[in-house]
Amino acid sequence: MLKSKTFVKKTRSGGVVKIVREHYLRDDIWCGSENCTECKQESAVLQRDACIESNLCSYPHYLIPDTNVLLQQIDVLEDPVIRNVIILQTVLQEVRHRSAPVYKRVKDMIHEKEKHFYTFTNEHHRETFIEREPGESANDCNDRAIRVAAKWYSQHLMKSQSDGDGLRVVLLTNDQGNKQKAEESSLLVYKCEEYIKSLIANPELVDRLALSNDDKNEISSSKVLFPEHLPLSKIQAGIKSGCFLQGTFRASRDNYLEATVFVQGEGEDSTEVLIQGLQNLNRAVNQDVVAVQLLPQSQWVAPSSVVLQDEGTAKDDSAEEEEEEEEKLKISAEVARKPTGKVVGIIKRNWRPFCGMLNVSQIKESTRHLFTPADRRIPRIRIETRQASALVGQRIMVAIDGWPKYSRYPNGHFVRSLGSAGDKDTEQEVLLLEHDVPHQPFSQAVLSFLPKMPWSITPEDMAKREDLRRLTVCSVDPPGCTDIDDALHCRQLDNGNLEVGVHIADVSHFIRPGNALDKEAANRGTTVYLCGKRIDMVPELLSSNLCSLRSDYILKLYFRGSWLLFHGFNFLLLPFFPSPPYVLVQASLTYAEAQMRIDDATKNDDITESLRGLNKLAKILKRQRIKKGALTLSSLEVRFHVDSETHDPIDLQTKELMETNSMVEEFMLLANISVAQKIYDEFPDCAMLRKHPAPPPSNYEILHKASKSKNVAIHTDSAKALADSLDMAKVDCFPYFNTLLRILATRCMMQAVYFCSGMDSDFHHYGLASPIYTHFTSPIRRYADIIVHRLLAVAIGADTTYPDLMDKHKQSALSNNLNYRHKMSQYAQRASVAFHTQLFFKSKGILNEEGFVLFVRKNAIIVLIPKFGLEGTGPTLKVEQHTFSIFDKVKVTISLDDSNIQHQKIRMALTHPVILGVSVPTPDVEPQAKKSKLDR
Amino acid sequence: MAGLELLSDQGYRIDGRKATELRKVQARMGVFAQADGSAYLEQGNTKALAVVYGPHEMRGSRSRTRHDRAVINCQYSMATFSTAERKRRPHGDRKSTEMSLHLKQTFEAAIMTQLYPRSQIDIYVKILQSDGGNYSVCVNAATLAVIDAGIPMRDYVCACTVGFVDESPLADLCYAEESGGVSSLALALLPRSGQIALLQMDARLHQDNLDSMIEAAMTACKGVSKVLDEVVRQHLQEVSVLSRE
Ligand SMILES: [Zn+2]
Repeated sequence: MLKSKTFVKKTRSGGVVKIVREHYLRDDIWCGSENCTECKQESAVLQRDACIESNLCSYPHYLIPDTNVLLQQIDVLEDPVIRNVIILQTVLQEVRHRSAPVYKRVKDMIHEKEKHFYTFTNEHHRETFIEREPGESANDCNDRAIRVAAKWYSQHLMKSQSDGDGLRVVLLTNDQGNKQKAEESSLLVYKCEEYIKSLIANPELVDRLALSNDDKNEISSSKVLFPEHLPLSKIQAGIKSGCFLQGTFRASRDNYLEATVFVQGEGEDSTEVLIQGLQNLNRAVNQDVVAVQLLPQSQWVAPSSVVLQDEGTAKDDSAEEEEEEEEKLKISAEVARKPTGKVVGIIKRNWRPFCGMLNVSQIKESTRHLFTPADRRIPRIRIETRQASALVGQRIMVAIDGWPKYSRYPNGHFVRSLGSAGDKDTEQEVLLLEHDVPHQPFSQAVLSFLPKMPWSITPEDMAKREDLRRLTVCSVDPPGCTDIDDALHCRQLDNGNLEVGVHIADVSHFIRPGNALDKEAANRGTTVYLCGKRIDMVPELLSSNLCSLRSDYILKLYFRGSWLLFHGFNFLLLPFFPSPPYVLVQASLTYAEAQMRIDDATKNDDITESLRGLNKLAKILKRQRIKKGALTLSSLEVRFHVDSETHDPIDLQTKELMETNSMVEEFMLLANISVAQKIYDEFPDCAMLRKHPAPPPSNYEILHKASKSKNVAIHTDSAKALADSLDMAKVDCFPYFNTLLRILATRCMMQAVYFCSGMDSDFHHYGLASPIYTHFTSPIRRYADIIVHRLLAVAIGADTTYPDLMDKHKQSALSNNLNYRHKMSQYAQRASVAFHTQLFFKSKGILNEEGFVLFVRKNAIIVLIPKFGLEGTGPTLKVEQHTFSIFDKVKVTISLDDSNIQHQKIRMALTHPVILGVSVPTPDVEPQAKKSKLDR
Repeated sequence: MAGLELLSDQGYRIDGRKATELRKVQARMGVFAQADGSAYLEQGNTKALAVVYGPHEMRGSRSRTRHDRAVINCQYSMATFSTAERKRRPHGDRKSTEMSLHLKQTFEAAIMTQLYPRSQIDIYVKILQSDGGNYSVCVNAATLAVIDAGIPMRDYVCACTVGFVDESPLADLCYAEESGGVSSLALALLPRSGQIALLQMDARLHQDNLDSMIEAAMTACKGVSKVLDEVVRQHLQEVSVLSRE
């Protein structure tokens, strides 16, 4: 068992501690080639006829890329043309250290069967292990290890081949020194570009090559535009001594010359450092982790309120124009200066492929073009492509390769094309990609864990579950909803008490922990609702069929939370969680239908009685909740009437709320709170909860400013004070004022987040004024609810635990992912609404509407149009003659500005009040669109 | 930046072993002439010396004397030079005391103490170099020393640590693995009967995984016992050759 290993010691010094580790060498590591007769491998990964058609290598061959090739040219290697690649352990380890995203992509490729990527554990192979020689740098040693392994492969293949058809290995490296040494030891070695250019099958691949260092020099002028980045060692020393701060770089969406660096302090406190000007931004890209140095206090500035986009032709590295613009920023007022700094070094780049469009260079023959990302926080990128004319008007993806100090723009390369811009499918794809929403169809592995259809409850399940078919359970949901996961019942008990049951689909019965289906759902985290499209978290069979509680007279599995409600002097809630029953849903109603039943005095059937009971209780619950200080805020949610054939938006309206909406909501809140308490009592260490932190006082500034403008006082000391003063805030002859205030208050709030109870001590939910909260009621569309279901199932003895459920670190990592996915899905949703709004206005032409000023910027006002829930930037002109204040009523004309196809925007022009040179005369509007008048 | 990858996709651990493979075990018996029994054992880079005195009359307080069996006295210590940073206190700290207690319990289960009433057996174990699995190496070394002393045992006691990474148990952890945040378990086994002499774990682990870990630990212990058996037979051969001459 142990005989086959020889024994070598490996010494590694770090600091002053000497670490001695064993390093076993093996002779049972196989080469992975189908062609090999010597190795006793069970299944070979590398194919016998490994043919990539190439001018350079006409014979079948395997590729061995070195570390830098893997790191830089991952986009090329991911192409289906590239197959039969040997990834050496040395290379893989180094990639793992240097870039987590690339490492993940490499691993994905290795797992993909069609790619035929094989990992060769060279450092533990008896013949390819090398010891670091004295004086040899780690890099050189790795290079040598790669060469030794490549050499071994070529000799091994030569001698073990059964038929000798000349299978060779080709080493790919961009390092000149390495290449030379490899040639000396008679290896087949090419530069990555050389090799890719020689490929016959796919000449288009060349465009995807990342620029290597020497190419970058050519592109840019010699003039140094940016200060040098400090090396990591200096940065670390600086951070330790306190000269530098480490933080995440967040570029401003509105102003390309401004950014903030978010520095996470110890514990809760964190600071933001303002960065202004190209020089100070110093090539940092949004989301990079950077080191900043604070400027002396005399040079601190205030964040400018200027809206500035980097537009027009490529600024050929001449910084004059920029300086002018930077000057503009500096004028900003003396007040509200913030700590200001400059970026001195990059600790970690966080580049990903970006979606966007090409601005084709004016010079016809040029192959270098500027690429404008869809995300405004990302700078424009210079790429080299020969197919520019084909890419015009297309949405494409581009990856950044580097940003040398003498180049105004980062250099990048083309990754792939997504389709023509403005096309609904393309735009949706862009939106999903930009917001990192996993939207591929579910894989076979995932689908294989779905229950076989037709599905029915097994007798064992029947026996385990309580039969509650006698109850009148009904669901109340928005019209057209197919993923219904909750239903309610209410009945009078013999002793006069009321019993209310909240029934939630038992999704955890179908999604078992740890299988592919579960993993996929955990990764997706949430169902994403876009206009006219739903990206499911779980396959449709579950979301719309098995787990959806429609009244199709199929038995469904449930979780039930029930409450006994005693009427009398005190209103008492007694939650209990009986074992999961199965139930028959008797009716699926829409909010409006339910409302009609309640209001219709002639109806007296069971369902209606049940609904009335629920409605009555819900009102009491709501009153209690508001008494405790729960906030009711508003946001305008827009809903499109979509043409069922073309899916073009026909009309849009803001969502209306009915009494029954809030009825369902009350019971869902109640269920969530009770379940949160239950799972926390049972699992204090690993309950998945949801908290909503109280916003810091500074968040309320805009609210104070706005309310003062109308002489109304808003108290923000506590949620209750805020809720009360919002209720009081009313201005005569301005009925919409209160709603506007609530909209603003919504913007002051913090994000609610999931967390693991064992990792945090603050559980409070500010918005709901509840000491504890979780998500339990929508397991079809939120993964958190599935976890909560599993915890509850264990707590009531209906299911068993599994390791990850009880591991607070894994839970915590999971909640981080869920929080991220939720945030992204919200952004995606908003972007989708915005896109559809644009489509809508495109079809409508020009509209005249009334709106309110929401924010005042230095050179623009932000106007809210309540009718469309639409927010837009008003005239971007200096407005000096007229002072706008928040909540001023204005009239604007709305049209779609599609001059920039990538960033189509809704243009608003002021028509009232009339300001010379700014406002425009009210244009004529086609009569059909003129049904608009504010009715609130 | 990223932590160590304890088990690669190809199934290799940091030092090149597969999940179920043990480190190389080398041992010698009878290294000291004065003691009644002694042994030196290397398991990878962990090296331990075990010395056994007895059975002999009770020393010190007579009150501990048992009239039906022998008392086992264990002392565990670590050499000051055994770890990467020099140890301040070679023995007597909380960890050593605990380890001594565990060893005592292990050997009380294995040695046929009822054969020596009113007497005492001393087992001293010293870790000369530490690289993970200290307890198991001590047990294995002490087993050889007890055999060398000619004290009858029910069976070899073999011990092994097992860790749990990515849904699979790793046998015989080295220090890098132990300190990599793995929940580990130490098990001492009487291999022939399959009886467990001691099982110790102070990490959190889900119950579902416990069985597979114990399973792996038992397999590993049986592996160790094979090696120890070979060492004993080798030693006996050498001794008998010597005595024939
Ligand atoms: Zn082979």
